[in-house]
Amino acid sequence: MISWPNLVSQLFNGLALGALLALISSGLTIIYGTLGVLNLAHGAMFMIGGYAGFVTYQYTESFILAVIAGSLFVMLLGVVMERIIIRHFYHRPHEDQLLVTFGLGICFVEIIRLIFSSQSQLVPPPALFQGITNLGFMFYPTYRLAVVGIVAIALGALFIVLYRTRLGMIVRAGIEDSVMVDSLGINIYRVFMVVFGIGAMAAGFAGIVNAPVVSLTPGIGDDILVQTFVVVVIGGVGSFPGAILGGLIAGEIISVTSMFNPGYAYVMLFAAMTLVLVVRPHGLLGVQGRE
Amino acid sequence: MTDDLIRRGLSRRGLLQTTAGLIGGSMLPAMPAFAEDKPAIGTYPAGVSGSTAFIGISVPRTGTYAVQGEDELKGYQLAIEHINEGHDLIKKISPKTSKGVLGKELKFGVADSAAKPNEAVQAQQRFISENKAIMITGGTSSAVAVALNKLAQREHVLFVCGISGSNDTTGKDCVRYGFRQNFFGQTAAAAIGPVMVREFGKGKKAAYLTPDYTYGHTVTKSMQDFLATAGWTTATNQVAPLGAPDYSSYLLNVANSGADVLINVNWGHDAVLSTQQAKQFGVLDKMKLVVPYQVPFIARETGGLMQGVYAATDYWWTIEDKFPLAKMFNEAFEKKYGYKPEWGAENAYVSFAHWARMCEQAGSFNPPDVIKAYEKGETIPSLVGDVHYRPEDHQCVRPVIIVKGKQQKDMKNKEDWYDVVEIVPGEGLMQKPDAFGCHLGDYT
Repeated sequence: MISWPNLVSQLFNGLALGALLALISSGLTIIYGTLGVLNLAHGAMFMIGGYAGFVTYQYTESFILAVIAGSLFVMLLGVVMERIIIRHFYHRPHEDQLLVTFGLGICFVEIIRLIFSSQSQLVPPPALFQGITNLGFMFYPTYRLAVVGIVAIALGALFIVLYRTRLGMIVRAGIEDSVMVDSLGINIYRVFMVVFGIGAMAAGFAGIVNAPVVSLTPGIGDDILVQTFVVVVIGGVGSFPGAILGGLIAGEIISVTSMFNPGYAYVMLFAAMTLVLVVRPHGLLGVQGRE
Repeated sequence: MTDDLIRRGLSRRGLLQTTAGLIGGSMLPAMPAFAEDKPAIGTYPAGVSGSTAFIGISVPRTGTYAVQGEDELKGYQLAIEHINEGHDLIKKISPKTSKGVLGKELKFGVADSAAKPNEAVQAQQRFISENKAIMITGGTSSAVAVALNKLAQREHVLFVCGISGSNDTTGKDCVRYGFRQNFFGQTAAAAIGPVMVREFGKGKKAAYLTPDYTYGHTVTKSMQDFLATAGWTTATNQVAPLGAPDYSSYLLNVANSGADVLINVNWGHDAVLSTQQAKQFGVLDKMKLVVPYQVPFIARETGGLMQGVYAATDYWWTIEDKFPLAKMFNEAFEKKYGYKPEWGAENAYVSFAHWARMCEQAGSFNPPDVIKAYEKGETIPSLVGDVHYRPEDHQCVRPVIIVKGKQQKDMKNKEDWYDVVEIVPGEGLMQKPDAFGCHLGDYT
């Protein structure tokens, strides 16, 4: 029997989870769409964002500074990673890219484990968003409500960068045809570096924003990576709006299925992904014809 | 999942994390001469023909049980160190121990099981075939313990179980070659159930958070069975996979279930995360929390959310006031590792100390002889007083300690998380040895 308060609660919960997945997936999909690199270290970037923010919080006790530091640190890490390693793999087979990024992800996790051990680390939500809010039809953690808003703002900022700036125009052109962009005299490799940094930053930002919701452990990025890939496939690889749509769909599937039988949440998620692949092989908003 | 498949293929870290002992062990001659006139069985006598004996250890060092696995490993390492040097504490438990076991220095290898049965079995299979491990251990997940039980019986190598709370471990999946020191989930239920009825009353509604494997299902079943006798009902049972990244959906179901008490059966990081999120969703303001099988480090990791919460546990360090051996252990452990030991370390230490005692009593590493030494069922010392192993199911009969989380203002130091409410003698808590369908296998 369906309990309406529970259904509404779960739908709302799905929105909160979906927003987060959308943000992380948008970083992944921008990197793939522009550079053609499937970054399996993206989950580790999400985790490192959380830890970098945690360290900053320890010293400053400021959540805002923690968010800024977590995001910037991961962006810097992304840029360094792109310059030193990833750029050598642009013209290599996809398997090589997968293995090298997966290996980097493992290294990052083990380094964090070495420094912080496996024990959970807590970052409390900012005082403004502590406690529980009565929405009339249900009670919901205030900070989780805030996360929906924070993520929406972040996605909006990302949208403006991608669709309203010259850099965004070049990036989107690069997604379509990087050779043509290069031949127009734009240093596409410098753009690639920036794109990798922005994509990584999206994961890092999500990592620290999500830290008060789930306590930090080194393995926190593992599960999110799998979900993120599903989101990208559902939405369409390389599509920014697709990542948002895919994230919201995935969040709702996980939450609503959990209401009836949590054990089937992932089953339904993968079933939905399979269905999308059968009906629309390029994802819901994916670009047809892209290699 | 995709990343799991890839990880397995890439062989993450565990199997390579063997100590120098691994090399030492592998250099043993294949078919040595041996003084005793006993038929070869398992890795005996090949594994103990030199001056050393090798132990295969598999604990989770990654994944949701990593923190507890590391604690367990520290307990094993301290026990091996103490056995090899003939430490006073080991002599209290195993008086015949001088240096090493039967004069042989213990070496060991460590593999990361990630709390996954197949990884643990693969690692131990290697320790058995390449290092001629004379004893294997592991746990922290009962699914791992059950899998290693089967391996031990098949290979005729002793399995001294680490952390494992499932009723199945020495119940329906018991084996002749397996022994367990920490108690059944059913024992925990029998110990904490009366405390809950006394504290919260009869006829209450309980919501359960259950991890989806043998430990979770058997502990939940035992709690449900016991509390039904006091008229308690189950409002909802939320079953989550190991390592669930988010418990919000489960907790919304719990919050809307109308339960009076939340019984969190989760373990490791799952318990920490689900408890923290239960607080976030206001569940802990609506209902009381009980953790029937206490999780090492949960009090410090949840940052005070265990205040006022009841739990059943194997060990809490403040019992050192009553048990001198516990005091010796705490001091040695804290000196080496810099913090008070939790029950994973205690469980590991005692399990090895008991194994050393049984080998010394048997006067041999010959597995059937060592098993028969355990099966005498003698009363022997442990850190929580005298205990014995039941010959029928190889389960240690030992007290259960009921703790209650201290309020912050009452904490005397930063590790003073719990009050010991009661130390319940094991004998009265135990079900009959065959209650869970245990049929031990053969000796040979």
